[in-house]
Amino acid sequence: MTDWRRLDPRMLVVAPARALVRLVPVLLVLLVTGRGDDPVRLWISAGITVLVVLAGIVRWRTTKYRITPERVELHSGWIRRQRRSVPRDRIRTVDLTATPLHRLFRLDVVVVHAAGTGVEHRHGGLELDAVAATEGEGLRAELLDRGAARPAEPSDEVELARLDWTWVRFAPLTFSALAGIGAVAAAAFNLAGELGLSPRRMAVDAVAARLSNAPLWLAIGIVGLALLALAVVGSVVIFVERWWGYRLLRENGRLHVRRGLLTTRSLTVAEDRLRGVGVHEPLLLRAGRGAQTRALSTGLGRNAQSGALQPPAPRAEAHRVAAAALARLHPGEAPDPTRATLHRHPRAALRRRLSRALVPVAVLVVATVVVGRVWPAWDWLWPTALVLLPLAALLAWDRYRALGHTLTPTYLVSRLGGFSRRTVAVQRTGIVGWRVRQSVFQRRAGLVTLEAVTAAGDGGYPILDVDPVTAVDLVEQTTPGLLSAAGSRTARA
Amino acid sequence: MGSAPELAESPMGSATQLAESPMGSAPELAESPVGTGVARPPSLLLGQHDPMQTVPTALPLRPPAHRVDPRARTWWLLRGLGVAAGIALPQLVVALVLGGPGWLWGTLGATVVVGLVYAAVVPGVLFRIHRWEVTDEAVYTLSGWLVREWRIAPISRVQTVDTEHGPLQQLLGLASVTVTTASARGPVVIRALAAGDAAELARQLTETTQAMPGDAT
Repeated sequence: MTDWRRLDPRMLVVAPARALVRLVPVLLVLLVTGRGDDPVRLWISAGITVLVVLAGIVRWRTTKYRITPERVELHSGWIRRQRRSVPRDRIRTVDLTATPLHRLFRLDVVVVHAAGTGVEHRHGGLELDAVAATEGEGLRAELLDRGAARPAEPSDEVELARLDWTWVRFAPLTFSALAGIGAVAAAAFNLAGELGLSPRRMAVDAVAARLSNAPLWLAIGIVGLALLALAVVGSVVIFVERWWGYRLLRENGRLHVRRGLLTTRSLTVAEDRLRGVGVHEPLLLRAGRGAQTRALSTGLGRNAQSGALQPPAPRAEAHRVAAAALARLHPGEAPDPTRATLHRHPRAALRRRLSRALVPVAVLVVATVVVGRVWPAWDWLWPTALVLLPLAALLAWDRYRALGHTLTPTYLVSRLGGFSRRTVAVQRTGIVGWRVRQSVFQRRAGLVTLEAVTAAGDGGYPILDVDPVTAVDLVEQTTPGLLSAAGSRTARA
Repeated sequence: MGSAPELAESPMGSATQLAESPMGSAPELAESPVGTGVARPPSLLLGQHDPMQTVPTALPLRPPAHRVDPRARTWWLLRGLGVAAGIALPQLVVALVLGGPGWLWGTLGATVVVGLVYAAVVPGVLFRIHRWEVTDEAVYTLSGWLVREWRIAPISRVQTVDTEHGPLQQLLGLASVTVTTASARGPVVIRALAAGDAAELARQLTETTQAMPGDAT
């Protein structure tokens, strides 16, 4: 199969349609607003449409790809020609996404992520936008199939997890959802603005006028409640859109995550490229006893949702999925590394957390006291700032309690973080280097930060503030023979 | 910045002494940096070899065997002076041409003093700290000043080896060797080697890693 292939011809419709949808506000402004029927505006709109359609044709004509036994190649562009090529044995994950428009025409966008060295890595994936949905599944199988490397297993599809609608309760506890609401609100505001409607004049001002007559605490309370309600509703909507029909499957040595209501997404990770898992517990989610498991695999993108193996879910479910995802990597061993008992870090680590949290706040307090002295009108500021001190101390304590690490037969497990706590289990054989850092303050405290460097995920997973002797022991135990050069090289290959 | 001289003596002194101790007496190896046949302590671990060497705050690893090229001091000096000049010149221009505010002369003076102190102290400190070594198993470097950093990359995981000469480094006949692994989290860089040594090291490392099977991820 070494012929050059084109994208699906239906893209001749979909690509211009998508561009036009984005241009709707501009076109509307051109057509609707303004006085009199000026033919120029019509002509400009028609011109834009023709250009967009032409661009779609050029794009389709100039884009071609092929899959040779060794490489996947993609040529695209007319004026700025791009030639991208990925060795097939470097392919780590294949994503299929379909926006509502793509789904209408039964198309799939295929994104191929490859393990990269340096430059290649930063470019993200190789994107085929788009191929027929039926072809997409075939392409994925073709791209991830590494030929004779794997004995032909029976095509067993095992469901590891599926959506439980009671998990919607975690939706308002995620920050990404809150950010999503902001985006939606901003988009609505902008659109209204472009249409010449002023939401401020229509609604906001009227409400503001009423509220300004009410007592201050009531006004603040009402606005706060309104925002909260918006946040809850918005986050639930986003949750439903993102995780509708969620299923986690194992099939032929691959993990599939399928999800999405309007835009369907399907992530596939080759199991032998899995380097571990991370259980993430952002502060709010943790308060609600929730967590989310993400895969650590080479070649995943870097955005917040990348590698998510499940929606925000109960903590026990997160750990269960983590264990299930790793189950095949080391048959015979009961892998539940994210729930392993971790070693505490020394007390000096607590002192360091405390000083790092309290010193900036103390500086702030001193600054507010000075401000209060100079401008008596701001005298109320420093008691307010004083409240932050115990809060900071609490956070520091919480962060210290998170710190921990341990070494299981196959995983290096570490945990850190207060606002965004995460427990990460990295496969010992997936560690491709070590980094030890010691600042002046850490030197005084007799601590170091040990970072296990891997090709997967963030690239490095730090173990914060450990005893130097412990750090070196960990390195030597995790990668035996690396430090004591007596170890034989071939034994570890 | 003013506290730099103390730093060089007190806490940092522990590692510096280590470097000068009998075990770290490797500087003479620096003439043949890539020499594999040269006798050297087999293990990077301290402790079981020398129980007297109890280092409470620094890492219980012996420092890498080789220093960087002595010309590195000049390199760091020039870079430091360059940065200082970059900060001082605009201030001078504003003060002279626009007759800027009086305090500008104060900050200008401070910039010059800090720059000079840095130039006098830091290159030496950096030279004492920066070390590197390639063992049979790993590429091992120690760098940093206020934040000390040890990096260990297993030879079996090395993907590419590059040499690099910046303009200043070329002027001084220096080069850096960059050893990348599959991780996005930064390569191991050995800075300021003599250009010839760097090329030789890169050649040997490339040869070794090419002999390794697998894709090192």
